Amino acid sequence: MKLDVTRYPAMVERLADANAFVEACAGRFGLDEGKQFGALLALEEAFVNICRYAYPDSSGEVEVACGREGGSFVLEIADWGSPFDVLSLPEPDITLDIIERPIGGLGIHFIRVMTDCVSYRREDGRNVLRMEFAAAA
Amino acid sequence: MDFQARKEANATVITLAGRLDAVTAPEYERRVQELVNGGDSRFVVDFDGLSYISSAGLRGLLVMAKLLKTKGGQVRFANVKGAVKEVFAISGFNALFGMDESVAAALETLS
Repeated sequence: MKLDVTRYPAMVERLADANAFVEACAGRFGLDEGKQFGALLALEEAFVNICRYAYPDSSGEVEVACGREGGSFVLEIADWGSPFDVLSLPEPDITLDIIERPIGGLGIHFIRVMTDCVSYRREDGRNVLRMEFAAAA
Repeated sequence: MDFQARKEANATVITLAGRLDAVTAPEYERRVQELVNGGDSRFVVDFDGLSYISSAGLRGLLVMAKLLKTKGGQVRFANVKGAVKEVFAISGFNALFGMDESVAAALETLS
């Protein structure tokens, strides 16, 4: 099935717009409250990563696509930056204390934990992060 | 995000509502810095009205905790619940901070 697609300038200030788009889409799908929270958290982490790192020397766009595929709610987030697989980042050490804790690095951890399935592909000059959330059984 | 600060006898209580995310976390960090610059060093943060937190929000809390460590200050969190509590759990943040069931309990622990 075709996903609903919207593009935004890659600016953190546009997160609320992307959030409203995905929230409405998840609502139409009937995603339960917990999974919806997870999807919106994963959206923020991916969206903000793109805003901060995908276009170091220029401005660019983020494409957000979401909708139903089979029994799952699918959320795809794409950018036109240099090839980069965010899933290649190492897992953070979540046992370090306040002084040792690095500031940052948790975003990709949240994406991994909140999704039922997550994958990266390079397609038509874009980095595409695909996240799937299974409907409640 | 809504950020309210009030002085109690032994600490400053910060009451949060709404979303602590990449858009609002910089304001949180700035407001905390202002309070610390003004001499406050003991805090209770009330999460009762907070519905959402992301890694950027946790970053703001970590910045606060590191700042207070260097000043010999303290912070405790009250009413962390629901989805926000889940985010604390999957990031290990529940082990980093003193957590209490209510603002009154947090104030008592600080005294």
